[in-house]
Amino acid sequence: MLHLGVAEPMRDCEYSQISTRSSTPMETPFKKRTPKRRKWQAFPGRNKFYCDGRIMMARQTGVFYLTLVLILVTSGLFFSFDCPFLSVKLTPAIPVIGGVLFVFVLGTLFRTSFSDPGVLPRATPDEAADLEKQITNCSSSGYRPPPRTKEVVINGQTVKLKYCFTCKIFRPPRASHCSLCDNCVDRFDHHCPWVGNCVGKRNYRFFYLFILSLSFLTIFIFAFVITHVILRSHQEGFLSALKNSPASVLEVVVCFFSVWSIVGLSGFHTYLISSNQTTNEDIKGSWSSKRGKDNYNPYSYGNIFTNCCAALCGPLPPSLINRRGFVESDTSQPTPPTNGITMYGSTQSQSHMAAATPLMQTETVILTNEGSLPGRTSLGGPCSGALPLGGQPTPPTSNPNLSSDSDMLPLRKDHIDGLHHHHTDGGHHPFLTPEEAPSPPGMLPCGSPVGHSHTVQGFYNPASQDSLHEDSVRGLVKLSSV
Amino acid sequence: RPEPNRKSLEGAESPYCPATFHNLQELRHSASLANKVFIQRDYSEGTTCRFQTKFPSELDSRIERTLFEDTVKTLNNYYAEAEKIGGQSYLEGCLACTTAYIIFLCMETRYEKVLKKIGRYIQEQNEKIYAPRGLLITDPIERGMRVIEISIYEDRASSGSSSGSSSTSGTSAR
Repeated sequence: MLHLGVAEPMRDCEYSQISTRSSTPMETPFKKRTPKRRKWQAFPGRNKFYCDGRIMMARQTGVFYLTLVLILVTSGLFFSFDCPFLSVKLTPAIPVIGGVLFVFVLGTLFRTSFSDPGVLPRATPDEAADLEKQITNCSSSGYRPPPRTKEVVINGQTVKLKYCFTCKIFRPPRASHCSLCDNCVDRFDHHCPWVGNCVGKRNYRFFYLFILSLSFLTIFIFAFVITHVILRSHQEGFLSALKNSPASVLEVVVCFFSVWSIVGLSGFHTYLISSNQTTNEDIKGSWSSKRGKDNYNPYSYGNIFTNCCAALCGPLPPSLINRRGFVESDTSQPTPPTNGITMYGSTQSQSHMAAATPLMQTETVILTNEGSLPGRTSLGGPCSGALPLGGQPTPPTSNPNLSSDSDMLPLRKDHIDGLHHHHTDGGHHPFLTPEEAPSPPGMLPCGSPVGHSHTVQGFYNPASQDSLHEDSVRGLVKLSSV
Repeated sequence: RPEPNRKSLEGAESPYCPATFHNLQELRHSASLANKVFIQRDYSEGTTCRFQTKFPSELDSRIERTLFEDTVKTLNNYYAEAEKIGGQSYLEGCLACTTAYIIFLCMETRYEKVLKKIGRYIQEQNEKIYAPRGLLITDPIERGMRVIEISIYEDRASSGSSSGSSSTSGTSAR
């Protein structure tokens, strides 16, 4: 039976469920095969991830591929058909400059499309509960729903902060919830289907550089294709010139139609940057003087130059969603530091978070389970050295040897289920459950990790958890030796 | 700086330290999570990262107000340093732009450097000040830079402890 378990991780799960000798250490080597889940696989928003979490895009990427094809085809035709003639006739600098522009356009496009726009992670259950408590405390009367807005005064201007029901946070100023990606994005500008991503704080400058360089490229190609046709028609006559370079016609058509929209967009965003507004704010007229005499933009630095510099050359904030960190509910990891230590996988604070996170999830249970037992030896034999992390929220008698990580799983699942409810209540479109999230083929054999490992955890945990807890405890001891 | 801490801990005289622990491990073994306090963001100066320095009432019996305010103010200063727009950040931005941001494969952005400093600072604060009082600060980056989460631990080992009234401390010195 154990041999069969080696072949497929999926089988492992099934066998361990049936087997009652599940708490023996012999089971552990097989459970270690359960692949670790990365945070992006459990990401609650409607995003697609590629390259194991390194690339992040919106759900609908069809238009992005269209953009890419248009740029590649037009530039390709330009370099293959027009450049040979022009570099000989005029100067070889033309393909060089064109090449530089082309590379810059692609670079900024990829950077805009693939990076995290500034997604705000959803509130942890504790945070959400705390906010709820504060909101209900503030509500004056019982029959009126509690206010879901907060007002802050920023640089003399009153700004309303709205509560986001999906993410369960009060949105920071300038943040907005993108309904297509189902995320709150900081300094949300707009969702651009052409780049296949939201445009927010972290990728706005790349977006701007993309449309700016694309305008230059489009104008460049347009101008030189026309020059090419004109020069050729001096030699051969207009119609034969067109016949000899048919690609030019296609390029001219594409460029002609693109120029208006792209140059227009560049101009619009130049205006937005110089006045430090987002598309969102401009469309709503949040800071327009039409709203009131005293209405002004509290975020503007006062002069155009500073606004531009701040938007384009300011510091780049880090991504707040740790896409490539590990979800700690996967306990079958041989590497102790990432397991059961941090909620959000930040490697910096592993040791000092070690205490906080395992205990965090088991707060309710510890009081009931370990109340009568001395902290150290509460979990019996296999777990003698482990931290006292109680059992599941289900009846304590069933499996007192469960560790924190198994607790995290039902809680995390509940959290996700809670999110599911939110979505279905709003009558929304289908969203990306963790199970549906694109995962590398290697992950698939494990099926639905949430459902399966839920019961798996309980059986094998004690033995493997022992060593893991030893390590985290050692980490804490190191901490204390100041 | 460590002296005042040590005095209060060794002497077990201050109202914050009725019991002593030999190390953090003991604290974790016998402490349980009682409550969590969330220090929210202060948006009065715009969208830059700042946290409110208002002292929460739940920490009243746990830690001195000045220590707490010091911690939050230092964190605010760190974040201001990270997000400062000035000569150095412009230089970094322009350099990055001209190298098509490839330079960030080798170099860390200033923001990341400051975040590491913040992580170390929080760890040090936890070891020296907060853990002995049964508190633990979570790095705001792990909460989406929205809150400073302070976990309050309750000493379960002390007999007859009523919820919220007992506090724990430990000597972090050897």
